Amino acid sequence: MTMQREVLTGKHLMQGDVACAEGAIAAGCRFFAGYPITPATEIAERMSRRMVEVGGIYVQMEDELASMAAVIGASWAGAKAMTATSGPGFSLMQENIGLAAMTETPCVVVNIMRGAPSTGQPTEPGQQDVMQAQWGSHGDYDVIAFAPSSVQEMFDLTIECFNMAETYRVPTFLLADGFIGHLWERVIIPPPEEIKIVERKKPTVPPEKYVPFRPDDDLVPPMANFGDGYKVHVTGLTHDEHGYPRTDDPKVQFELVQRLCEKIRKNADKIVKTKEFMLEDADVAVIAYGIASRASISAVRKAREAGVKAGLLRLVTVWPFPEKTVAELANRVKAIVVPEMNYGQMVREVERAAKETPVYFLPKLGGEPHKPSEIFEVLRRAEKT
Amino acid sequence: MTVTQEFEAHHPLAKYLRTERFPHIWCEGCGNGIILGCFVKALDELKIDMDKLVVVSGIGCIGRAAGYVRCDSFHTTHGRPIALATGIRLANPKLTIAVISGDGDLFAIGGNHFIHAARRNIDMTVICSNNFNYGMTGGQLGPTTPLRSYTTTSPYGNIEHPFNLVHLAAAAGAVYVARWTALHVQRLTESIKKALQKKGFKFIEVVSPCPEIYGRRNKFGKAIDMMRWLKDVSEIRHGYDPSEAEITRERIVVGEFVDIEKPTYEELLQKQFFKIQEKLKGG
Amino acid sequence: MSLTTLTTPAVRRKKIQEVKWHVIEDFCKGCTFCIEFCPVNALEESDKLNVKGVHPPKLKSEDACIGCGLCERICPEFAIYLEKVDKEGEGEEQR
Repeated sequence: MTMQREVLTGKHLMQGDVACAEGAIAAGCRFFAGYPITPATEIAERMSRRMVEVGGIYVQMEDELASMAAVIGASWAGAKAMTATSGPGFSLMQENIGLAAMTETPCVVVNIMRGAPSTGQPTEPGQQDVMQAQWGSHGDYDVIAFAPSSVQEMFDLTIECFNMAETYRVPTFLLADGFIGHLWERVIIPPPEEIKIVERKKPTVPPEKYVPFRPDDDLVPPMANFGDGYKVHVTGLTHDEHGYPRTDDPKVQFELVQRLCEKIRKNADKIVKTKEFMLEDADVAVIAYGIASRASISAVRKAREAGVKAGLLRLVTVWPFPEKTVAELANRVKAIVVPEMNYGQMVREVERAAKETPVYFLPKLGGEPHKPSEIFEVLRRAEKT
Repeated sequence: MTVTQEFEAHHPLAKYLRTERFPHIWCEGCGNGIILGCFVKALDELKIDMDKLVVVSGIGCIGRAAGYVRCDSFHTTHGRPIALATGIRLANPKLTIAVISGDGDLFAIGGNHFIHAARRNIDMTVICSNNFNYGMTGGQLGPTTPLRSYTTTSPYGNIEHPFNLVHLAAAAGAVYVARWTALHVQRLTESIKKALQKKGFKFIEVVSPCPEIYGRRNKFGKAIDMMRWLKDVSEIRHGYDPSEAEITRERIVVGEFVDIEKPTYEELLQKQFFKIQEKLKGG
Repeated sequence: MSLTTLTTPAVRRKKIQEVKWHVIEDFCKGCTFCIEFCPVNALEESDKLNVKGVHPPKLKSEDACIGCGLCERICPEFAIYLEKVDKEGEGEEQR
């Protein structure tokens, strides 16, 4: 029906933001609602052109609260929906991210992170929103978040985001630092038949038998779309399996909140993704994500040349946090080094999982990424532990 | 037979309602039950396809209405029903959208979303229950609280000028703007029917008594006294200039103020889509 | 006495449709909107007390109701409903 190719199969030189938009389209995203903000604006601009080409919807909402609300609405109308922003917009979206979590709405939120807090450094990269992705809205709920470290991953992991969102009916985040967002690199886009796409579970029973928020064994309920005849009531209030408000019953609240968290925790093994570099015989390990992981690779190589048995554990998912992997690694290394472009966020999770193993934290703020030499220095110090 | 069973079995509008959740939570004399009733009566008279209707509401007493209609519905965060409805509507233009919410939800926290959806002319019917205060949280002042009124957050009298909602809606670009009160049940039902069948952004304000909270605090007497007051001060003036239709204790102008045609967002988007597709075919 | 009875000429008492008037008594909260605004003043408070401790409405007489449906619309509780009746006077289930 549409003339422009949906999946731009081939080799490209692309900006990170653009690769993210193309990944979304390849995953089946046909609704984008957003608001311009540096350094994510390019995603909106790309979507404003491409959505019309592929028969989707681009709508520029009046603010980020509206953008997130529109994404939720579109998802319930059956579309794979996405928005993209940076720190200040991310904060505005938190209210409705909570609504998405509470109503189990599949959706993707891209945050191209910049210097923070507040207006911060609009044109400088940062990694200062990683905790916020999990703890940003009030209440208990677990999310899934990916941290790309290349433009190829901007494409690939955006597809992963959609697949995870559809599988677990949860807001899923792509947390890229502003560096990766604006970087130009080679991207290989495969033919559509080679791209794995997951669709949300639909009800297998007729409307009279359907209980909208009764989960299957994987703790995720099948989702009927608006207009399918299932007449679902969705509310942000604490609700029972029928979707009706039940704010009076502690048991209902406990079971609901527990399930919103456990559906991710119980399935963590299927979600968590890490990559290892020279880790098999390492004495000291770097744990990093995003742009900091790239400098870490050079640092590890440098360390090896200097006789230090260093290795890198790259976090591809930052939420759920790869607790088991980090705990297991902590058992067999002398020390861990965590470089982050913030003042201490994922390092807290690392410390929690690593228990007695010393963790050396290397913050970098202001926009300039870590230099490999900076990480190498800390590795050398860590090795002497 | 319990009351709920009797309701389910015999009330002519039962099939449009989640009868298992009745009686509803609203106070004695609250206009919200009347608004809900007129809404479902309109659905019945239009023989609306209930599989394709989506009711979206916000936070407030009237926001509970979404949970009482038997159709797909979304009870959103405070102020956001219009934004959420925009997403639903654009993602599936086959769905009919009704937003039912309150004065504070739509015009204080939700004000920005209201004016932009009206400006864009997104196809939806917005019904606002205007009861002059934030009832659900105990009766605080809101954007439509009349000057000098007493609320829990204006204990010395409100010093804020209230919005004239029909003026605001007309100025923002709504293609159909009407105001009725909870008393004008037949005309309200007709207005809702008209709005549901019209294209574009439609707005119906319903002046609604809140006897337990706003009424009591401002010496309106009992619920029946508030309704008598509505009858005494209402004037039907179709085509009246909405900018002159401010609500005072002495006068409430009701009627249909705006009824125009304008291309909707969906129509313009559709046009653009086909134009681009043609271009891509040719180029 | 309601304001409408002052202006109700005889012609207004023509029946709009044949109906049987019902009230779900325990839904009633005693607001009296129906009694006040019935255009032909056909309703009054009954002596019964319902679960809420109020007097639900009742028809003054069997043929007082003209079937206009105002009370069904103006009752905030969905307590009042009109059942359409065919010519022979048999009720017809409204679903």
